[in-house]
Amino acid sequence: MADSSIAVQNAHGEAQNPALLHHFAEPEQQRNAASLGMWVFLGTEVMFFGGLFVSYLVYRLWYFGDFGAASKTLNVKLGATNTAFLICSSLTVVLAVWAAQTARRTLLLVSLGLTLLLGLAFLGIKGIEYHDKFVEHHVPGASFSFEHEKIPGHPDHYANAQHAQIYFALYFIMTGLHALHMIVGIGIFLWLFTMAWKGRFTPEYNTPVEIGGLYWHFVDIIWIYLFPLLYLIDQHP
Amino acid sequence: MSEHSKSSPLKTYFAVWVALLVGTYVTYKAAFLDLAPLNAAVALTIASIKATLVALFFMHIKGTSEKMTKVVVVTSLFFLIILLGLSMSDYVVRAPGAN
Repeated sequence: MADSSIAVQNAHGEAQNPALLHHFAEPEQQRNAASLGMWVFLGTEVMFFGGLFVSYLVYRLWYFGDFGAASKTLNVKLGATNTAFLICSSLTVVLAVWAAQTARRTLLLVSLGLTLLLGLAFLGIKGIEYHDKFVEHHVPGASFSFEHEKIPGHPDHYANAQHAQIYFALYFIMTGLHALHMIVGIGIFLWLFTMAWKGRFTPEYNTPVEIGGLYWHFVDIIWIYLFPLLYLIDQHP
Repeated sequence: MSEHSKSSPLKTYFAVWVALLVGTYVTYKAAFLDLAPLNAAVALTIASIKATLVALFFMHIKGTSEKMTKVVVVTSLFFLIILLGLSMSDYVVRAPGAN
């Protein structure tokens, strides 16, 4: 009820606030409806990624040593750098939301621009990692090959290439879907940047920044789980 | 969010950001220690703390005026736990690769 002054003016259906659609009683209600819609979408995303996490867990428990050996071939430093990039981008997103709510145009544009740069840097590093995997023939398919590394305690004593291939299939599906979400997010933030440049966002109307931010944070949370599960499972001696 | 708009939330945002970076550093370092079966537990605990921080403070679950948001979040987590819990309770008692 923070915007009660505007709500009173709109009580008789007079559209005093051009940002308020006629089927909403007040800006607060309109903002809550939009934000709730994004939360419901994120709820479906939880189940979407949840299925992949379950399949990962099942195979991780079955092929424990093979998954560890395959995971060791990833570049942990690049993965950690990407994690830091995404965390910094989540900060710039929340600063952008705050800047839009408090009518700080420069901070809004800088925050949205930095978010875009960090998102693109993430995808660039992901591209380098994918390139390395192609060079090493670690991409599942006809040219896949994996050295049979000796694993203490493994039932066959050596890593099974077929089982390692399952790890890499899950690696590419999970990070690939995450990267697809990043690409969509960059599209959303390009649009937000354009709208912010045109001065469309005000303290009364900034819902697109807020729900675009919710989406970005969710993609960040997915990576927060992907990083330890894919990169860090078998780094200890 | 509207209840908190009077005082500047910037301090909270930067504190959460620092906590997330520290969490990432700790996860990274802990992965290179031999904690026997605890490695995965430590990594997933830190990841869950980080995810909770992002959801509560960056996604504004804490302090939201819309109560339905919390209902959606709790429902999502509830069904995720069913998905993970029921599936894994089945698979952990099977032999590897068995149907």
